[in-house]
Amino acid sequence: MSTRRNGAAAEEKWELRLYTAGQTPKSLAAIKNLKKVCEEHLAGRYEIEIIDLLKNPRLAKDDQIVAIPTLVRKLPDPVRKIIGDLSDTERALVGLQLKQVS
Amino acid sequence: MGKPETLPSRARPSARDTLPKAPTGISGLDEITLGGLPRGRPTLVCGAAGCGKTLFAMEFLLRGAEQFGEHGAFIAFEETEQDLSQNVRSLGFDLEKMVAQGKISVDHIHVERSEIEETGEFDLEGLFLRLGLAIDSVGAKRVVLDTLESLFGGFSNQAILRAELRRLFRWLKDRGVTAIITGERGEGQLTRQGLEEYVSDCVILLDHRVREQVSTRRLRIVKYRGSTHGTNEYPFLIDEDGIHVLPLTSLQLNHQVSTERISSGIPRLDHMLGGDGYYRGSSILISGTAGTGKTSISAHFADATCRRGERCMYLAFEESPAQLLRNMRSISVDLAPWVKKGLLRLESSRPTLHGIEMHLASIHKMVNDFKPHVVIIDPISNFSTAGTMAEAEAMLLRLIDFLKSRQITAMFVNLTAGGNAWEKTDVGVSSLIDTWILLRDIELAGERNRGIYVLKSRGMKHSNQIREFVITAEGIRLEDVYVGPEGVLTGSMRAAQEDRERAAMQAQQHEATRKQRELARRRAALEAQIASLRAEFEAVEDESRIAAELQKAREAQLDQSRTAAAARRGADTPAASKGKRK
Repeated sequence: MSTRRNGAAAEEKWELRLYTAGQTPKSLAAIKNLKKVCEEHLAGRYEIEIIDLLKNPRLAKDDQIVAIPTLVRKLPDPVRKIIGDLSDTERALVGLQLKQVS
Repeated sequence: MGKPETLPSRARPSARDTLPKAPTGISGLDEITLGGLPRGRPTLVCGAAGCGKTLFAMEFLLRGAEQFGEHGAFIAFEETEQDLSQNVRSLGFDLEKMVAQGKISVDHIHVERSEIEETGEFDLEGLFLRLGLAIDSVGAKRVVLDTLESLFGGFSNQAILRAELRRLFRWLKDRGVTAIITGERGEGQLTRQGLEEYVSDCVILLDHRVREQVSTRRLRIVKYRGSTHGTNEYPFLIDEDGIHVLPLTSLQLNHQVSTERISSGIPRLDHMLGGDGYYRGSSILISGTAGTGKTSISAHFADATCRRGERCMYLAFEESPAQLLRNMRSISVDLAPWVKKGLLRLESSRPTLHGIEMHLASIHKMVNDFKPHVVIIDPISNFSTAGTMAEAEAMLLRLIDFLKSRQITAMFVNLTAGGNAWEKTDVGVSSLIDTWILLRDIELAGERNRGIYVLKSRGMKHSNQIREFVITAEGIRLEDVYVGPEGVLTGSMRAAQEDRERAAMQAQQHEATRKQRELARRRAALEAQIASLRAEFEAVEDESRIAAELQKAREAQLDQSRTAAAARRGADTPAASKGKRK
């Protein structure tokens, strides 16, 4: 697996927000997959916020959430959105721009 | 535009038509759908870009909140809240205020494909949650999703999307909201993504087409499960009050009829129409070639209408109101006071300004607003420039019908092309017309004069005479025409004929007096003759008397002398006595 580390990005702080709706299998899978990816690629410099829209439906508007689960990369810029349970790790990495499209 | 159809009357709702409906409040639409959209179910509104889908949906929502007390939620996939409130402000709705009052909620859902990466299983629970929130925040009974198909641009996993859409429609039905889903018109199907397969209750198709540089908007109800509905394409327009659909109502020829007669404003024309003028609520056609005085006749009618204190609407497609007022003033028909009093409404527009349906719709609207007793349209022939002949005809049919159903007397002015048969109207509406007055110009001896006659007039004993129709500074005057071996005589030929007759009459009078005088003279001569004869006779008589006296005297003298001689001779007296006896 060839991951490319951006020199500047290496020092950057990653702010990630995962939107879920209750404890569905998809949500749980997404949380598990996200943690795994972060530990592998962003160890020590990431923050994950998990928002349950069932509890706070109003928050869906702010990040224009339609699909569940949605992962939003708030930092570094630009904002990226990744939908799905992140089971496709390759695509998740591409989406987070941790890996370039080969 | 199709044939006239018969819509079930709204006044008699079918007993079987029990599907609950949510009135839209959109003018005309509730007539076609017999009450509105299916309550508690989704309706698909589809059409090409710019056909008015968003506006249709928005008006449904706003009117629902304003007129029917049903709050609404608008989920916009394409426009932001600011854009939307700006767009509807031009239609007289204050979206921001209604949002502030908690009657309407607007949520802009933005799906940007380039920002999204799909990584496995997902669902659209976020959409459902937002929808649910929007509905709950205002207690919405009506929901609009505009344009749902934008979702297809945002997600690549179509299988998930379609499954979620099916779930969405089921969910909307479960919530019991009356929903409008808009969709873009697709090739070979109603919507690009085949949304019609999910929405099975009611599908409305909007169309905006341009033909011969004139655009018309049409609406058609493709399907309405569980309800009867009008199936034609209905023209509609968007103006400052929103959408207006034109239902083809009451083409059943069951209008009320009136026996009341109203004056045409020209006494002699009234006389030609059996003495009293037109029937109230009838349709009158004035046709003629250019410059035959059609507008003058209409202006007289408008004047007479306002004089009775009734309202008249004059739609001029050739002249501006100011020009019309000026021109009519020149023939002593001053319409300006009526305009000031609000009895006369002059509307001018170029027929090519809108499509033909737009005209019909705006006339509908003006009639509804102004509630006139008389509508004059001058001229109808121009409508054919705004559409095809068949369209113009269908439009007039609707218009005549609409006006008749409201007991409005309608006067249509038609410009016939020169060279056509007189009786041929280029818009074949003659069968719908009750009174048809034909103006023709009569060209004779280097002069053009106007003739008028009543071609037909239903239900009245009308004159069959051609009258010459003179426009003077005092208004219109009808004159008898001379019918001679060379046809009718008009204008200066009529005047010449009148002069000739007058001269002949004078000559005759002269002749008669001359004859009389001669006779008198002859009598006088005869009398003189008689007098001289008498004098002669008297002279002769005198003479004969004198002669007789002389004779007598002579005889007496002779006798005397004879007696004297006898005495001298001593003759017997018997001879004398004998002679005396003789």
